[in-house]
Amino acid sequence: MSSPSYESELVRAGARAEGLFGRSVHFVRLYPLGAAGAVIMTVFVLAAVFAELITANGPLATNASRSLAAPGADYWLGADVMGRDLYSRIVYGARISLAVGIGSTVLGCLLGVVIGLASGYLGGWFDLVTQRIMDILQALPLLVLALVFAAALGPSLQNTIIAISIPLIPTVARVIRSNTLALREQAFVEAANAIGMSEWRIAARHILPNTVAPLIVLATAQFAAAILTEASLSFLGLGIPEPHPSWGRMLSESAAEYMRRAPWLVIFPGLAISLVVFGINLLGDALRDMLDPRQRG
Amino acid sequence: MFLPWKSEARLGAYLVRRSALMLLTLFGISVIIFVLLRIVPGNIVDILFDTAGMIDPADKARIERDLGIDLPLPQQYFVWISGFFSGNLGYSYVSEKLVVAEIALRIPVTLKLAILALFFTVALGVPLGVISAVRQDTAIDYTLRVVSLSGLSLPSFWLALLILMAFVSWFGMIPIYTDTPDSIWDEILLLAVPAAAVGFRSSSLVMRLTRSAMLEVLRQDYIRTARAKGATRNSVNYRHALRNALLPVVTVLGIEAAFLIGGLIVTETVFNIPGVARFLVEAIRSRDYPIVQNLVMMIAVVVVLVNFAVDMLYATLDPRIKYTD
Repeated sequence: MSSPSYESELVRAGARAEGLFGRSVHFVRLYPLGAAGAVIMTVFVLAAVFAELITANGPLATNASRSLAAPGADYWLGADVMGRDLYSRIVYGARISLAVGIGSTVLGCLLGVVIGLASGYLGGWFDLVTQRIMDILQALPLLVLALVFAAALGPSLQNTIIAISIPLIPTVARVIRSNTLALREQAFVEAANAIGMSEWRIAARHILPNTVAPLIVLATAQFAAAILTEASLSFLGLGIPEPHPSWGRMLSESAAEYMRRAPWLVIFPGLAISLVVFGINLLGDALRDMLDPRQRG
Repeated sequence: MFLPWKSEARLGAYLVRRSALMLLTLFGISVIIFVLLRIVPGNIVDILFDTAGMIDPADKARIERDLGIDLPLPQQYFVWISGFFSGNLGYSYVSEKLVVAEIALRIPVTLKLAILALFFTVALGVPLGVISAVRQDTAIDYTLRVVSLSGLSLPSFWLALLILMAFVSWFGMIPIYTDTPDSIWDEILLLAVPAAAVGFRSSSLVMRLTRSAMLEVLRQDYIRTARAKGATRNSVNYRHALRNALLPVVTVLGIEAAFLIGGLIVTETVFNIPGVARFLVEAIRSRDYPIVQNLVMMIAVVVVLVNFAVDMLYATLDPRIKYTD
């Protein structure tokens, strides 16, 4: 490999990228769409964190005289039927959406990783039993399983997070398990075994770090799915209860009812959901290309 | 099915094993559904009593006995599951009609919607995926990739609402579903709009999959051979490449077919289509547990059977796959 393009290949592969800035520039140049996704995500995260600073009206403050007000100087994106500022509700809604998205992804991935790691590494009857449980959880589509769990637990923020995290577990557990099975046969694991490391230490120190790349790729997909599922659950009235401003809930019947007179009630909350999920998907695609070259398309 | 590379005995053993696992999965999901619907705070009788303001404990006990919810839980489970497999699903709490009749009434619409949505999925997803792969890294590829990614990002109920809004502003009306359409074309036209809203998402998925599978195949040696022997571009792309690339697509399509129900739940709600998917949400809201329990169980049966069918199809299509697990 001493072709003339060797140096330029190294630059392309990021070998010459140094420091956080250098790496960022490299990422932007190599994955412009992924960088766009990262920017979109950053905007929403900042909006969620600094919601108080960037909104003038409270998300719950009603004003009967401004019911269904059109977008304008005081209410940038208009107002709903109760005269609540749609812009504030969308900004505060980012908190709910991201909280549910991050909460259920972290919970689902955590449980999935523990189950997948134990299942792949221990094998035997434990593997057999957990795999069957994963089969069972995968026998229902995500939304249907989340619906049943949400209905059983009752509507609240925590329950919505739990209801969405459970259907996410099997995919994570399966991926981590198959990675663990492959890693278990590697020479470095045998070496760790040979020097007398405990099973759990090998699993935690040698297997787990090697599953991080596929996990990150998977987690971004799960994050997008979690946000869409929360929106659907809330839209159906079985997710986040009032008075929390949830994007999905804003779109449910009341918005449909006023779509003729106040189309902004339909357009903006949906745009917020789509943009966040689009940003995550863009970023996820770039991360997949970067971390998992075998799946590059 | 003539499969010279697979022994009949191994197929038999595989079928038995897979069927046993299927039954185990269905048993597990039935227990989960049953338990979940029993831990819901407040049973139907409590709700009836709260709303009607009745307080006579004797009445309450009588109603509980009538509904069979005074029995111990394992016995209730047994009554339900044996009824489920013999077609005796009991009565809806809300309409007091037979659950079987209530569900059967709503299946045809949902089925038609699902078939139309699948049609959109394949008709859009596969050709666009091929174009995107064949023209990799051109403007058309980038556009199609962004479009497909946006298809995965739009919530289908929002897309449905936008379509409704467009109808309202352009035609001044909403296409309302009727169960007595003038002709089959009228009905297809009515269902095509919601089906497209659902199908857009899965067609994006199929497009992305077709694209990456095609790219994978186009790198293979036999494609280079085909090109070298002078096969036309179309012949290489469609006869040699696409046929091999479709294998993973078929699998995902099968699973998506079962998972379409998720998209149908919200779309039927938005378009007010009286199908089973919307019925499930209504039943959950009104705590009509006989309906919820049986409907969710039916969905699980469909998903598990479809998965099984896809596995079998996959093994038939790809001679390299053997019936071991």
